[in-house]
Amino acid sequence: MTASATPLVEVEDLRKHFPVTSGVVFEHVTGAVKAVDGVSVAIGRGETFGLVGESGCGKSTIGRCILKLETPTSGTIRFDGRDIADFDRRETLAFRRRVQAVFQDPFSSLNPRMTVEEIVGEPLLVHGQETTRSARLKRVRALLDVCGLPARLVDRYPHEMSGGQRQRVGIARALALRPDFILCDEAVSALDVSIQAQIVRLLEDLRAEFGLTYLFIGHDLSVVRHISHRVAVMYLGRIVEIADCATLFERPQHPYTRALLAAVPVPDPEVERARPAGLVKGEIPSPMTPPPGCVFHPRCPLADESCRRAEPALRDLGGGHRVACPKVGHDIAVPVP
Amino acid sequence: MITVSRSETNGFSGPSPPEQTGRAGDQGEASVLAALLDIDGLVVEFATGAGVVRAVNDVSFDVERGEIVAVVGESGSGKSVTALAVLGLIDAPPGRVASGAIRFDGEDLLTLDEDGIRHIRGRRIAMVFQEPMTSLNPVLSIGRQMTEAMRLHLGFGAQEARARAVELLGLVGISEPERRLRQYPHHLSGGMRQRVMIAMALSCKPELVIADEPTTALDVTIQAQILELMRDLCRRLGVALVIITHNLGIVARYADRVNVMYAGRVVEKGDARSLYRRPSHPYTVGLLNSVPRLDRPRDAALDPIPGNPPDPVALPSGCAFRPRCAFATARCGESVPALRAVEPAHLTACFEAERLREEVPA
Repeated sequence: MTASATPLVEVEDLRKHFPVTSGVVFEHVTGAVKAVDGVSVAIGRGETFGLVGESGCGKSTIGRCILKLETPTSGTIRFDGRDIADFDRRETLAFRRRVQAVFQDPFSSLNPRMTVEEIVGEPLLVHGQETTRSARLKRVRALLDVCGLPARLVDRYPHEMSGGQRQRVGIARALALRPDFILCDEAVSALDVSIQAQIVRLLEDLRAEFGLTYLFIGHDLSVVRHISHRVAVMYLGRIVEIADCATLFERPQHPYTRALLAAVPVPDPEVERARPAGLVKGEIPSPMTPPPGCVFHPRCPLADESCRRAEPALRDLGGGHRVACPKVGHDIAVPVP
Repeated sequence: MITVSRSETNGFSGPSPPEQTGRAGDQGEASVLAALLDIDGLVVEFATGAGVVRAVNDVSFDVERGEIVAVVGESGSGKSVTALAVLGLIDAPPGRVASGAIRFDGEDLLTLDEDGIRHIRGRRIAMVFQEPMTSLNPVLSIGRQMTEAMRLHLGFGAQEARARAVELLGLVGISEPERRLRQYPHHLSGGMRQRVMIAMALSCKPELVIADEPTTALDVTIQAQILELMRDLCRRLGVALVIITHNLGIVARYADRVNVMYAGRVVEKGDARSLYRRPSHPYTVGLLNSVPRLDRPRDAALDPIPGNPPDPVALPSGCAFRPRCAFATARCGESVPALRAVEPAHLTACFEAERLREEVPA
């Protein structure tokens, strides 16, 4: 990302709290799940921004807010320099053309009663881009080809295809309107190992070919590392560390990032058997009742009394590497620009 | 066979070698030398609308007492069906075990009637499934579910079973076990539910635990906790463990021996170190090359296996991996390659293994 260009997506102090209600007749709000609690990120044009974290950390909620599928509790999201909350109906429609999504389970995100032609052609129809069937079919065939699917699949239904083929159809649909930004929410997580690599490669090729920007949400750290330029690590609704990909994986600072990396076994018995378990103790707390101070302190090996009192802010270690932990990162020399 | 002595029930807190159970003794000398589990030429078929599917096709492998064996493969490779067959849980119809033998401690489980298998399933062979929420009953308390098997299999009274359940929950690292016994599955997190499942699996002091994708539904940090726990407990209690997984990292860390399955067959098997050092089947090589790795440079290219897994109703002739294989020759379409040794304790079902081993750097 070059510093001069405005980012395509800017998220500023985003909060999304879901009310928790109780009672059936006299329903009342008894609390809130703070799914996202003060997140700021900027995603540059042509960048693949990785977002990792465990279930319930709020990574999908951020994606949904950027797509305008959720209304934030507070904070702003700017797309191409404009606040997406200010869009009127016409502008929202134009915005929806420019942002698309690929979800985890292609079987549940594709309508089982529609053929591939209808699935991939529907966005074109909705946005009035190709009004005749023959023109649409031509575009659909071209899109299938770009996504590595044979054109003869146009009259197939989702259940007649393999998981990898279905995910390619989902990607073809996302590409149909020539978007600028694609949210990939666990886009390869449900696929078999051998197919996952094919889809990762396809996503990389498409980004280069069409100048796409991705928000790549995942829990598989090795896949996120492979595909992303920059990565943010989330824990309980907050970003705890953010850096360019190489820095984050080679010099992780936050104790949670280190714990995540230590938990991933690599496919080499010699390496694995020599490596200590490096376990992080305890479970992920409920986002309804997050711990006071630093949300990671109950599981953190470095935590002391001060961590229970104040919530640490993200601190810049230089070169865009920021970490929300006062106990780490002091040994890093800040490069002189 | 089912009565258990007092000293044995209290053995959970200390080390307990497998021989202590004394079950092997009355089976004679042969069973002591034989593997604990010996699957021999297993064929499992399912009748489907599109034709008969051979989900498991001539699969053989064994598991020694106290060792950890992995079965690796992608969806549809037959790894889970193999496990279900061992437990006598293949629904018939549409499924049936068409041929083969599953010898457990010298006895062929396929010759047992439903009563006979029930004495083994949950007692001497226990199972841990992927999704603890669906394998636990949501309307019964944890205590009720944990004590059920012990009362049924071990003839424990309510108090005795409850005391043991408390002990087991402590063993799997659950705090306040007495309170947990009164709770229901939805009160627990995914990681804790899987700990409960492990405690339940160990409750009747099994000789073998089969874990089918035990941590796939769990978060990364919790996954590591659960796997370390399972390995440590099995080693300590002398329980053999079969881990069924698609994750090559998990296999590398935990398994002593590995079986790689593709389209219903074991295509490569061997000692974990040897298999990872010199993978000798094109499918295994392909799998290892298609996962990005944290221990390799970030920009190392991914080399996916081309194509898709075959349609189980219409498998290609000869080797099922042939259409996706860079090493395939005419011969591969003519007959199915049998498993053969390329190193001591390392077998592959590939005609071109020598060429592969020459061309793929170790």
